[in-house]
Parts: sequence; structure tokens; C-alpha cells
Amino acid sequence: MHKFKTPCQREKLKEIREFISDVLTDIGFPDIEVHKVVLAVDEVCANLIIHSNKCNPSECLEIFIEDNKEGTVTFDIVDYGIGFNYNNYKEPNLEEIVRKRRKGGLGIMLVKKIMDSVEFSQEKDKNICRLMKKFQHKK
Amino acid sequence: MIDIESKIEDGICELFVKGEVDASSSIHLDNSLSEAITNNSKIIVDLSKLEYISSAGLGVFMSYLQQLETDKIQLVLFGMNEKVLEVFQILGLDQLIEIRNSKAEAMAEMKDA
Repeated sequence: MHKFKTPCQREKLKEIREFISDVLTDIGFPDIEVHKVVLAVDEVCANLIIHSNKCNPSECLEIFIEDNKEGTVTFDIVDYGIGFNYNNYKEPNLEEIVRKRRKGGLGIMLVKKIMDSVEFSQEKDKNICRLMKKFQHKK
Repeated sequence: MIDIESKIEDGICELFVKGEVDASSSIHLDNSLSEAITNNSKIIVDLSKLEYISSAGLGVFMSYLQQLETDKIQLVLFGMNEKVLEVFQILGLDQLIEIRNSKAEAMAEMKDA
């Protein structure tokens, strides 16, 4: 289990990406997949930092990475802000984003395309986003 | 984390974006692009030194597409590395935004107009 804890500040996203990238490289994740998975985790963290925690540096975000040794890796991203109601999430279409000149809405679309599963849950005051990705260890 | 240079040559505005565009730095890209679009009708964006882009950066480009069409402004991105290009491709944005391999190809687009 690899763990990273950071205050909810946008400026921390780079450090988060470096942590994810280092861990994935360490566990033998294929190079071409590392970048995409780092992007997916970055998207979730950015959403949680900005929308759930309003960039409040006294709030924190915790990331746990587990190599399940069976060809999957799990990312638990935990925060204590306003929970994201994934059940109510309606994926926007690209035409709508263009027409309304929206800047947001693409992040979760990317996460869903990249990861094999995306789940949001709540435990007491804790929000957990669990991402899972299948992979083959480098030979 | 992000550095953007702007110059105008032969009536074409060129932005040179270096570094990483994520949710903390996309505002700078937005400001530079907004200024370029307000003052120019032909814009090329050199992304050869762009090392990373997240949806915040993609969103900046997407948010101007409507205006480009309405105001007849040409915008062409070029030079992006494989990883950055892949981010555009995952959602099919490479079909909505003009992307070329090289500056010469991007400039050729401008001359056609």
C-alpha cells in the first residue's frame, strides 16, 4: 500500500502526479499506460480539491494505491468535503460543451474512458473515490 | 509551471506554450488565448514544449470553438507530443479542433483561407 496526503490546493496537483507516476513505475506498470492513469487520478483530485473542498488548504486529500498482484491496481482517493453524487452525474455531450462555451465537464469523461471502474462512496464524514485499472506487469 | 510567449508575424499570432497545463495553471492559457482571439483572426499555437495537459486545458480550447466559428477566427494547434495528442484523442477532440504536426503545416492552413 502506497500513501500520499496533501492539503486541498490546486498547486499540489503536480506533486500528486509525480507520486502516482513514481508508484506505477515502481510496480512495473507499462510505461505507455502510466501517463493516462496519472491523468485520470489528476482529474479526480482536481475535482475534489476545487469542487468538494473549495481549495481550502486546511482540508486534506489522501491517496492510497494498492497493487493487488493479480493484474489490477486500485486507487482510493479520500476526502472529507462535500461528497460528489456520482449517481446524479449525467455525462454532457461534446456538442453541448461547445455550444454553451463550457470549460468544465470533460474530466470525469476522461476518467471513465481511461479506468476500468470508477466508484464513489461515503463512510460517515469520509468520501471515497475508488478507481481500478487492469494491467499486465512488464516482463 | 506554465510559460506562454506570444508574437505576431505576417499577420499571424503565434502562441508558444511551455510546461504543464492542469487545473492550477489553465487560467494562464485561458488568458493568453482570450487575448489572442480578441486581437487576431489567425492564430497558431506551438505545443511542442507542452509536457502535460489535463481536462482543464482541453476545456480552455473547447470553450472558444463557438466563438472561432462565429467570428471567423482560424486557430490551429501544432507540434504536440504523442502523450499530449493522446489526451485530445481519448475524447475525440482532435476531430473538433484543428491540429497539425508541424508549424509549416499549421501555416499552410492559414494561407488557404
